[in-house]
Amino acid sequence: MTTYDWAPGFVAGDRPRIVTSRFEFEDSHTIERYLATGGYAGLRVALGRPAPEVHEEVRSSTLLGRGGAGFPAGVKWGLTPEGVYPRYLVVNGDESEPGTYKDRLLMERDPHQLIEGCLIACYAAGLSRCFLYIRGEMALAQERVATALNEAYETGYVGRNILGSDFSVDIVLHWGAGAYVVGEETALIESLEGNRGMPRLKPPFFPAAIGLYGKPTIVNNVETLANLPWIATNGAEAYTAIGTESSPGTRMVAVSGHVKRPGVFEIINGTTTFRDLLYGEEFCGGIRDDNDLKAFVPGGGSAPWFLPDQLDLPFEGRLVGAAGSMLGSGAIMVMDSTTDIPAAALTLTRFYAHESCGKCVPCREGGTWLMRILERVVEGQGTTDDLELLLEVGGSICPGSMPHAASSDLGLEAVPFPYRMTTICFVGPSAYVPVHSALTLFRSEFEERVAASRSRTRIPVTAVGGEQ
Amino acid sequence: MSRFNDTNLAIAGDIIARYPRPKSALIPLLHLAQEQDGHVTDEAMRQIAELVGVTPAEVLGTGSFYEMFRFERTGRYLINICGTMSCALMGARELMLAAERALGVHAGGTTDDGMFTLHQAECQAACTEAPCLQVNYRYRFKMTPDGVEKLIDDLRAGRLDDEIPPHGTLARVRQHIPADRAVGAVDPDDVDGPPPWIPVSVDGAGS
Repeated sequence: MTTYDWAPGFVAGDRPRIVTSRFEFEDSHTIERYLATGGYAGLRVALGRPAPEVHEEVRSSTLLGRGGAGFPAGVKWGLTPEGVYPRYLVVNGDESEPGTYKDRLLMERDPHQLIEGCLIACYAAGLSRCFLYIRGEMALAQERVATALNEAYETGYVGRNILGSDFSVDIVLHWGAGAYVVGEETALIESLEGNRGMPRLKPPFFPAAIGLYGKPTIVNNVETLANLPWIATNGAEAYTAIGTESSPGTRMVAVSGHVKRPGVFEIINGTTTFRDLLYGEEFCGGIRDDNDLKAFVPGGGSAPWFLPDQLDLPFEGRLVGAAGSMLGSGAIMVMDSTTDIPAAALTLTRFYAHESCGKCVPCREGGTWLMRILERVVEGQGTTDDLELLLEVGGSICPGSMPHAASSDLGLEAVPFPYRMTTICFVGPSAYVPVHSALTLFRSEFEERVAASRSRTRIPVTAVGGEQ
Repeated sequence: MSRFNDTNLAIAGDIIARYPRPKSALIPLLHLAQEQDGHVTDEAMRQIAELVGVTPAEVLGTGSFYEMFRFERTGRYLINICGTMSCALMGARELMLAAERALGVHAGGTTDDGMFTLHQAECQAACTEAPCLQVNYRYRFKMTPDGVEKLIDDLRAGRLDDEIPPHGTLARVRQHIPADRAVGAVDPDDVDGPPPWIPVSVDGAGS
């Protein structure tokens, strides 16, 4: 395993590299390095073929979206209504799911790869304008992508009549301003139209049919697009030869928290297990101080938690779903035996309560209530009733049974993903998920906490601010 | 100064021209205003409203949704300390306490000399480098309480001026689309039919 001073967090290994192949070069973000290492070759291959063929190639690669939902990119492109134009590409670079970062590295370290991916997508799906939306807080990523776009325009890779063909597309760099919910694709479109970033109700209409300015719009994640130059160059068959049938290729995964060597890895999709990632020498090398593992979040802050029981599951969407969680955006957060579970759950619930856009009442009110009740439990002022109240409030966001992991200690069977929800997007449920996981898998810690509470007087919950 | 200066007005014009509908430029223009003045002023919002064809209330309505826009005087350095899970597990609270001690303000406050605004922030996408913080959206990884004190000293003494521009400046490189290379933005309602590289099918519509 190798690390590079210029890519803090990234750990290279003896594995196939599709999207991180240039990270070993300090100047990987420059057009000189990009062109010297096969850059824009995929675009040339694509432009040499009719657009529908390129689309078909991507469809048969089964490239899964890397933003969280894991929907196949080639299928998504095909959902635009026939004959309706213009169609837009919106690149989702608003990465902000707790625990996740790979899009930021891909934008900072290899911006031309992303640009080439955008061009291939636009060509294949007939998208005539591209908006590259980068999270506002990522100043370096914005500088790198802006520089790369300026280089690409100057050298004829972006803009009018690209490489002398009839393919013409502008890529417009757009930057966000700090709002987690904007990572949801319809909220992203609202934001791009100059509005508050609140999700639109879907179904019936998905962005592929009615998106930006009411026109067909494809929203793809940065990592998804970064795979396209490789697929265009090497073909779908070479891509599906890596990984598993249902999850081909590679995938970026960030592992953080209580491990010896946290890192971002490009792993073979679908086969690497959580045990490999947490304990393997080529990955994180075990839990810090050789402590026991208590729990881990397998797929970003929104994902139900896993226990040591689930360590031998591979990083594969369907299997993880059946086991009660999801892979989401590819982020694992690890808690060792010293972790204060109620306090850890609070850090996530606070995040989602804070990031609620306020459109759906169950999320706006429920998320805040969950946070305030959990706060008083953590601060030693909760009562036993509060634990039931947490489940009751959560039940108004996610009615019915909630997915959770199996526990051999507790004799619990897994409840598979997903949950039902009373909100438009996943922010509200995500405020409840950590509460539910923590309470289901570690209820005794909550009970000890409320038993030892300093005050038996219930502190009233106020929905929005106010004195406690 | 709170209306755009001539340079920024020209930049604003370039930005607006990139979008099929001018309102899409609203957030980029708020960033530009914040870059010019350190925060977003009422006068700037009035001018942005004129430029993109909405009311000033709509500009405030959109702008106030987003965490990064500041509508009051803000320190030259905005220190955002991450408090979400991975950073919290690795000691973010100690960073915040150190910063509060060193600056003499609580999270959310601005120092009297106008140098620093301190904030608790949410996940900054650097979770393996926890605990982390950003100064004007420039990262500091694997921070310690001592490191926070030193950082504040360095900022106060101007030793990091080359690396960290004043609050409001995001990317120091702007996108520039050369006129002879630009495809140009077209109102979506004025587009009819597929782009030229999409084969036209039998019924005349692009596939």
